[in-house]
Amino acid sequence: MAEFAAELSNVRLQRGDVVALDGVSLALPSGRTTAILGASGSGKSTLVQLIIGLLSPDQGTVATLGNPLPAENLAEIRKRIGYAIQEVALLPHMNIRENILLPARLSGWSDKDKEVRLKELLQLMQLPGSVLDRYPHELSGGQQQRAGLCRALVLRPELLLLDEPFSGLDTMTRRSIHAQFLEMREKIPISIVLVTHDPEEASRLADFMVVMRGGQLQQFGTVQAVLDQPANDYVRDLCTGLAEDLE
Amino acid sequence: MSARALLLYLASMSVAFAEPIVIGSKAFAESYILAEAGAQLLESKGYEVDRRFGLNGTQIAFGGLENGRIDVYPEYTGTITEVILTRPELTELEEIRAALDARGLLLLDPLGFNNAYAIAASVVSSERLSLQKISDLVDAPPLRIALPHEFMNRRDGWPGLQAHYGFERDADGIDHSLAYEAINTDMVDIIAVYTSDGQIVQSDLVILDDDLEFFPRYLGAFLARQEIDPGVLQILETLSGRIDDQRMRELNFEVLNPEVSYAQIATTFLRDEGLIAESDEGPTALSNLVKNTQRHLKLTAIALILAIIAGVGIASFVYPHRRLADVFLYFTGLLQTVPSIALLALLIPFVGVGQTPAIIALFLYSLLPIARSTITAMLAIPPGYRQVAAAMAMTRAQEMKYVLMPLALPHVIAGIRTAAVISIGTATLAAFIGAGGLGDPIVTGLALNDSNLILQGAIPAAVLAILTELMFGAIERSLVVPHMRGSARAT
Repeated sequence: MAEFAAELSNVRLQRGDVVALDGVSLALPSGRTTAILGASGSGKSTLVQLIIGLLSPDQGTVATLGNPLPAENLAEIRKRIGYAIQEVALLPHMNIRENILLPARLSGWSDKDKEVRLKELLQLMQLPGSVLDRYPHELSGGQQQRAGLCRALVLRPELLLLDEPFSGLDTMTRRSIHAQFLEMREKIPISIVLVTHDPEEASRLADFMVVMRGGQLQQFGTVQAVLDQPANDYVRDLCTGLAEDLE
Repeated sequence: MSARALLLYLASMSVAFAEPIVIGSKAFAESYILAEAGAQLLESKGYEVDRRFGLNGTQIAFGGLENGRIDVYPEYTGTITEVILTRPELTELEEIRAALDARGLLLLDPLGFNNAYAIAASVVSSERLSLQKISDLVDAPPLRIALPHEFMNRRDGWPGLQAHYGFERDADGIDHSLAYEAINTDMVDIIAVYTSDGQIVQSDLVILDDDLEFFPRYLGAFLARQEIDPGVLQILETLSGRIDDQRMRELNFEVLNPEVSYAQIATTFLRDEGLIAESDEGPTALSNLVKNTQRHLKLTAIALILAIIAGVGIASFVYPHRRLADVFLYFTGLLQTVPSIALLALLIPFVGVGQTPAIIALFLYSLLPIARSTITAMLAIPPGYRQVAAAMAMTRAQEMKYVLMPLALPHVIAGIRTAAVISIGTATLAAFIGAGGLGDPIVTGLALNDSNLILQGAIPAAVLAILTELMFGAIERSLVVPHMRGSARAT
């Protein structure tokens, strides 16, 4: 296993007229959960999209799971990454079973392997088997998000990229899904990058914290270090929920 | 119908239409009768005949002959010299034949009648004013003269006639079909007629002798390509000399009776002449319906399949490039605004008449709704789906198959459905350029003022459009999950 799940070095990226990232260097440790905390437009989602190769930097370098990007074997690298996003994007024409197993189907798994994995995932995410034959629109928001996580995990990825997956959920649902998230972290040694604008979520779920503002890195350290010794006033305000630009 | 069954069906159709003798006609009763008589005569001798009747105008009929899409059609010597060769000085049959020979065409011996302009007087006026020949008009007292509008302005019409005979008289314009009514009720003294008009039979008219030989002769005769099977020529020549002016008038008069179709008139004529046996049946209404429907489906199906392939193909290629997509939609949108009959006519110089231009036109009309709905549907797909697809390391083809097409499918089907229904309707116009189909009886019915015939095309075409709509509903139900159905109705 590479020492770092992802490494960014002096990355600059412009999207249209906006500088999305400016001079960002980061090395996200393997086997740990790193939260990327920031307000809208801080560049936190852009970081994740760089890591999975959906975007390429204008300057600087990105390496994912030890592979410098862009890579010839990007498809192979992506199969080692799970990706879940806020809008979930479960395919509406497939039922939940087909949605969760789609990555396995693309990788040519046997039916038996798929069923075994499906059972594991349902248990892990506490989803009842009755949802499998339903279509996404028939599920609650929390169930959809759990199904999205199952799909992200189906290939047993080494790295899980989560782009605000819990943001659209009500407080109760979020609490319960947080609990399952922590349980999952206990059970499987996996590198996780969690994008969020919620400092409480970040501190509860993550080992490390990255704070972004306006495309620039504000601070990177353990959760404890960031909370105890904020690098500047903005980080302090953000972590105490006082920052004005926070959603 | 499955795609495979459809392909087999199309293949069988193309075999069925292989190498028949293609007979054309222009869009008026006399041309229909003559062409039909020729067609039935050939069929009685075992030839397979493809009828391309109701071709709208000399350019289309003759154009079809020149580019080989029509083998033979009835034409007039005057039209050949005036319009086709533009050499009005040619009067002798042998001169005309020599000139046609240079263009790869041959003119059969005339059928026996002259369908020329003539000046006619009512019997009453003729006796009262002793009008027997056109030169009698020079010194006659004031007369009430009514002439068809086009005749008033043609060089070979009223102005030329007056100059030739040396008189000047005022005349009123009148619609050709109303002229007989006017002279029968003694509202006018003099009208212009065609010498083979059926109405002459029941009107008391004296056709004034063209004593100074002004009017060119319009002898009816079959005009054919030189490559045509010589056996066909031999059979058609048996009609030569059998139809004099009076006979042609009688045949044209019978068409005015809505109870009798031109095909029946042709059959009766051939039987009376002993050219076909009593038992030989002309084509029945049912066999025509089947044939026309098959042709209609063939035209629309080929055009639609090509448009689906091209429309969806081009759409999937251009939708990521916003400007390109806009440009493509703009130009197909422009094409859509060209009136269908104009588009069909515009294609004639390039691909001639018949099924090819019809298929091209239907293809172009189907392209926009299909491409537009496909592009719109692709653009409407939320970016999250594409990100997830990319993150799953899907190839472009997999992304198309598992994500883009299923999400776009309801809209794409709606676009195809719209295109199909439009095509069924537009295909009726294809008959104007000899492509056949259910427009055939409509065009013929319009030309012959026969509403029965019009309905024989219009009703099946309407039914076909409704069935198409229902069929696509069924296709959508079989391909799209219930909660994604009906979300799209292409406009």
